Amino acid sequence: MRLFSKDFWFQYASPKTFYPLAGKLIPWFAGAAVILTLVGLYIGFFVAPVDYQQGNSYRVMFIHVPAAWMSMLIYVVMCAYAALGLVLNTRLSDMMAAALAPTGAMFTFVTLWTGALWGRPTWGTYWVWDARLTSELILLFLYLGYMALRSAIDDPRRASRASGLLALVGVINVPIIYFSVQWWNTLHQGASVSLTSAPTMAATMFAAMIVMTFAFWAYAIAVALYRVRLIILERERHARWVVELAEQER
Amino acid sequence: MNWSSWSEFFAMGGHAPYVWGSYGVTFLLMAIEVFLLRRRRHAVMRRIRRLVRMQRETNE
Repeated sequence: MRLFSKDFWFQYASPKTFYPLAGKLIPWFAGAAVILTLVGLYIGFFVAPVDYQQGNSYRVMFIHVPAAWMSMLIYVVMCAYAALGLVLNTRLSDMMAAALAPTGAMFTFVTLWTGALWGRPTWGTYWVWDARLTSELILLFLYLGYMALRSAIDDPRRASRASGLLALVGVINVPIIYFSVQWWNTLHQGASVSLTSAPTMAATMFAAMIVMTFAFWAYAIAVALYRVRLIILERERHARWVVELAEQER
Repeated sequence: MNWSSWSEFFAMGGHAPYVWGSYGVTFLLMAIEVFLLRRRRHAVMRRIRRLVRMQRETNE
C-alpha cells in the first residue's frame, strides 16, 4: 500500500520532487479557473435576475463573497503550512506559506474594494468602522505584515520562523471576522449562505456565487503553485538540478 | 435574458461605476499578479544562469 507509507508522502515534501509535480498541476488549475470564471460571469450577468431591492449593484456580490471566503481560507491554509514548517522543520511547507500570502492579500483587498463599491449605492457609504469591515482590514495588515517581516530578515530560516509565528498569532482574527456579524451589532449583514441551512437567496444567484468561488479557488491554487516554484528556484539556486533546468530553458 | 440591448447591459441600471469598478479592478489585479509572476520567473532564470557563468569564469 504505497498510499499508507510515510515515504510516499515525504518524497513530495522535497522541493526537487515537488517542483515538476507543481508544474504539471498548474495548467489544469489555470484552465479550470478560466472556464469557471466564464461560466460564473455568464450566470451572474445573464441568468441571475435583477434584485428587486438593490437593483443591479448586487451583482458585485458574485465576486465580493467568493473573494471574502478566499481571503479567510487562504489565511487558514497559509497558517497551517506555517505551523507545519515550524513543527516539522520542512522547508517546502514554509515556502508554500510564503507563496500563498500575496494572493491572500490580493483577495483581501478585492473584498474591501468591492465591498466599498457595493456599500455606496446600498448603504450610502463606502466605509464604516463596524466589526466586520475593521477585522477584514486587519486581515489585510496581517498579510502585509507577514510579507514585510519575511523580506526584512535575510536569513531564510529565521525569516520563516519569525513570519510563521506572526501568521499563527494572527489566525485568531479569522473566527473574529467570521462571527463578527453575530457577536456585534454590525452594519454588515449576516451570512446568507451557511453550512447548516439553505441559502436565503435565489438559486441562480447562489449558483453564480458558488461557481465564482470555485473559479477563485482554482486561480489561487494555480498562482500559488507557480509562485512556490519560483521560491524553490530562488532558494535552491546552487543545487545542481536547478542549474541544469536554467541551462535547458535557454 | 436580463438585457434588451448592450447599452442597457453596460448601464447596469444606473449602477455601472460600482459594478464595473468592482469587476474591472478584480480582474486587473489578477492579470497584474500573473504578469508579475512571469516577469519574476524570467528574472530568476537569468540570475541562475549568471551565477553559473560567474562560477565557470572563476574556475577557468
